[in-house]
Amino acid sequence: MISLDLLLNAVVAGVLLGGFYAAVSLGISVTFGLLDVVNIAHPVFVILGAYTAFTLNSAYAVDPLLAGVVFAPVFFLLGVVVYRIYYTSFESKGESSQAGGLVFFFGILFIVEVALILKFGVDYRMIEASYVGESIHLGPIGIAFRLLVPCVAGLLMTLLLYVFLGKTFYGRAIRGVAQDSLALRLMGADPVKIKTLAFGISIATASVAGALLIMISPVEPSIGRAYIGRAFAITVLGGLGSIGGTLAAAMILGVAESLTSTFSGPSWALAVSFGILLLVLAVRPAGLFGRR
Amino acid sequence: MKGRWLLVLALVLLVGAFVLTRLVDNRYVYFAAYVVLQYVVLATAWNILGGYTGYVNFGTGAFFAMGVYTSVFLIQSVGAPLPVQIVAGGVVAGLLGLGIGYLTLRLRGTFFSIATLALAVVLQTMIINWEYVGGAKGINIIRPAQAPFFSNYVEFLFMVMSLLAIGSVAVAWLIEHSRIGRGFAAIRDNEEAAECTGVPTLRLKLLATTVSGCLMGVAGAPFPYYLSFVDPVSAFNLSYALNSLAMPVVGGTTTWLGPVIGAILLGTTQQLATVTISSELNILIVGVILVFFVVLAPEGIVGLVRRLARRADA
Repeated sequence: MISLDLLLNAVVAGVLLGGFYAAVSLGISVTFGLLDVVNIAHPVFVILGAYTAFTLNSAYAVDPLLAGVVFAPVFFLLGVVVYRIYYTSFESKGESSQAGGLVFFFGILFIVEVALILKFGVDYRMIEASYVGESIHLGPIGIAFRLLVPCVAGLLMTLLLYVFLGKTFYGRAIRGVAQDSLALRLMGADPVKIKTLAFGISIATASVAGALLIMISPVEPSIGRAYIGRAFAITVLGGLGSIGGTLAAAMILGVAESLTSTFSGPSWALAVSFGILLLVLAVRPAGLFGRR
Repeated sequence: MKGRWLLVLALVLLVGAFVLTRLVDNRYVYFAAYVVLQYVVLATAWNILGGYTGYVNFGTGAFFAMGVYTSVFLIQSVGAPLPVQIVAGGVVAGLLGLGIGYLTLRLRGTFFSIATLALAVVLQTMIINWEYVGGAKGINIIRPAQAPFFSNYVEFLFMVMSLLAIGSVAVAWLIEHSRIGRGFAAIRDNEEAAECTGVPTLRLKLLATTVSGCLMGVAGAPFPYYLSFVDPVSAFNLSYALNSLAMPVVGGTTTWLGPVIGAILLGTTQQLATVTISSELNILIVGVILVFFVVLAPEGIVGLVRRLARRADA
């Protein structure tokens, strides 16, 4: 017998989780959807962000969210460096180097992950903030702050990125760069610079997403792998390059996972994203809101 | 002609491995050599898809584990002998490759890579939830007491893996020197052009994922007897994915020789290094070597040697 309270709580938790998933997936939505760069190492940068927040929080009691925002520019620079290497080694050499690019990001994934293991060990780490343990109750529904704050932050990030990509010159240039880089050059913008900017922004979102991650649950270096499937499932389901679609898909996956873990056990939640990914690729590769 | 010489070389290597088991009694040698040979199979299998057609598989661990757990299941249920386990492991992993390929390869190649990454995570979850094959805590496997013709079972397994390694390299060689191999190369160089000139690209890609997955399963099948204990962490270890990819890249991806060189080089170094440094540091070093090669020497050792030889000629 499924109780209504349980169902309602699972849906609300799923929507909140979805807001956070959006924060993790936005970066991939930009690089994979708009730049055509398959950065499978993105989740490991999110983990790096989580450990940055952890370090600042445990040493100086800095608020994790503040730490994530403060370190976003550092992550931006990191992204610029990574993209520069990627561009000169693979992208500038044409289509046939795409496999090399994938291998490159795979190597980065391992290097960052193992470096974190060597520095912090494999113990779960968590942060402390006054609001993390709190929750509010609306009738039978309980809303934990550790889920609410990441969700609101994720929504805010989505909104900011949406406005940036839609209304500003650089944002529009980023949206145009994969479609027609020649036209972009004729308008006086350097496609490589635009892509570098976009990649930097993508990694910068990982800093904030990491801070949100460690707020939701304790973090250990290898949990990033679980987010590879999730984030790409969300990006593909939402339609490549669609920011609004990414948010919608993140919510769908969040609710689907939350329902699965409530009714058939948390260990099956991981299989949901993979099922969705395969289903979308088989049935509608353009995703829900895709152009292609 | 060249093919005949290689056949002779393969036979010599096999006989050499057999003679070794008569002369050397130190079991650690076989224990370590087994791992290196296992990597020869895995790297060769990865390269049939990744090197020849250019489609990157990140899920070697998943295919390997399919072989491992097919064996575990067969041992648990009917007590099947090792040859049956190997064939069954190959079939199951091959079908898995075919299925994943069929669902993702009609689209852009990157979808296949992403799916293989997620595949490992999901299959591991399923095995963790399946108590019959040991679940999360793992399962003890009892080896047969005696091996035919060999004084102990590890020597026997070493011989089996030698056979599998030479067999899979032979498969790679045959593919490379056939119409299929030329079709693969056409896909790698320019898939659209290949499609336009009448190369059946989808069918060839599915063939590559199936053969590649099958050989990975074959490599995993003897694993339960090798370790006598299987748990999801060891069977799905991500170092399989990293190594089976790094070895061909380091050796060179366009020929059968590349993965062999890479596997022997990286495999042996790691076997020696695990004695002195931690496995994490080991993985870190492999990761750095991988990035180094893919950025600075994408043709691998084989490519570097060829370039040097050409310069010497000129």
